[in-house]
Amino acid sequence: MKNEALYNYVLHMGDDSLVLGQRLGEWCGHGPILEEDIAMTNISLDLIGQAMSLLDYAAEIERQGKDHDALAYLRFENQYRNVLLVEQPNGDFADTMMRQFLFDAFRKPLYEKLTASSDAQIAAIAEKSLKETRYHLKHTSEWIIRLGDGTDESHDRAQKALDNLWRYTNELFYETEEAKSLVMAGIVPPMSEIKILWKQTVEAVFTEATLVIPTNNWQFEGGRRGVHSEHLGYLLAELQYMQRAYPNMKW
Amino acid sequence: MVTKDTILSWLEEVCDPEIPVLSLSDLGVLRGVSYLNDEWVITITPTYSGCPAMKTMEDDVLAKLKEHGISNVRVELVLSPAWTTDWLSEEGRRKLKAFGIAPPEDEVDKSVLFAAPTIVPCPKCGSRETKMVSQFGSTACKAHYQCLSCLEPYDYFKCLK
Repeated sequence: MKNEALYNYVLHMGDDSLVLGQRLGEWCGHGPILEEDIAMTNISLDLIGQAMSLLDYAAEIERQGKDHDALAYLRFENQYRNVLLVEQPNGDFADTMMRQFLFDAFRKPLYEKLTASSDAQIAAIAEKSLKETRYHLKHTSEWIIRLGDGTDESHDRAQKALDNLWRYTNELFYETEEAKSLVMAGIVPPMSEIKILWKQTVEAVFTEATLVIPTNNWQFEGGRRGVHSEHLGYLLAELQYMQRAYPNMKW
Repeated sequence: MVTKDTILSWLEEVCDPEIPVLSLSDLGVLRGVSYLNDEWVITITPTYSGCPAMKTMEDDVLAKLKEHGISNVRVELVLSPAWTTDWLSEEGRRKLKAFGIAPPEDEVDKSVLFAAPTIVPCPKCGSRETKMVSQFGSTACKAHYQCLSCLEPYDYFKCLK
């Protein structure tokens, strides 16, 4: 392989998008209101589209003749490199919105920086995806504020979701040793920069939403090394069923 | 030998499968036609990353050219420069409105958070008293609005820059 560090970086991003897209898709037909059902599946579609671009590019770097489908359908969970946050179950609507908001607030500055990547294909994917991600972040920010600063019930649920999911946020900024070479080459930004921008967004929104960031800062990690929570296996079983049961099937 | 302009005029008949009044060129999805190494290369770009209509558009382009006896053709998908609603032609905007879909309005919200909602006039009665029902609509490129004057619910082709 020409550039393993680049392959892994693009794969990490592709897996984040794919797994979160699949999670959101589970809401299809179950949204609390029709408009939100449509919104979550629209965001899901954007994420899966981004995953296609990213995984296609990863396959191109890998040079093993694969494509996005091969990477999505034919890897086991310990070969997936997504962060633990995105594989967490949907829970209630507040859990889903909180997970999405924490992720969108991370992806937006990341894509912004990646539009200036010295790698043309990464810059192109980022340019395209950024426009979509801005729209997602707008949607989820508004919901976090509406839920947090809403009724006692919605506030409590939003706070509970934040308390639960906060433990998965540090991993978003996990930087592998090999990724540092990409930073040096101007291909990707340092995660420390993204973290500062992410923090500004989440703090502004949580203040407006009257939500409190947990003080217990114990954090989970493992996804980037292929060590996942039990939830990913079930998700992949559903995602991959057709290709596993009928190898090479097409429609 | 067929010219590029002829190819373009044939492709004018290939429409968006979801919004059949718009041709791919009205929509700004058709980015270029070139002839390279004995092969026609048709370049298209997606409106949204996950737009499920892309494959259909590609097939429709190939089928249209085949009708005219052209089979040495390849459809290439490009992501950059990223599609923007600025590429929607004037003709396209007019057709959208006549079809009952409000064309994109210039949105001021560059800031992502807490932006004021855009005023989207009703495509039926022209009233500016309208409300956004949902930021997301029947396809990735649309939002859902309702007119408060004539009560018509309608799609808004949302602005993407």
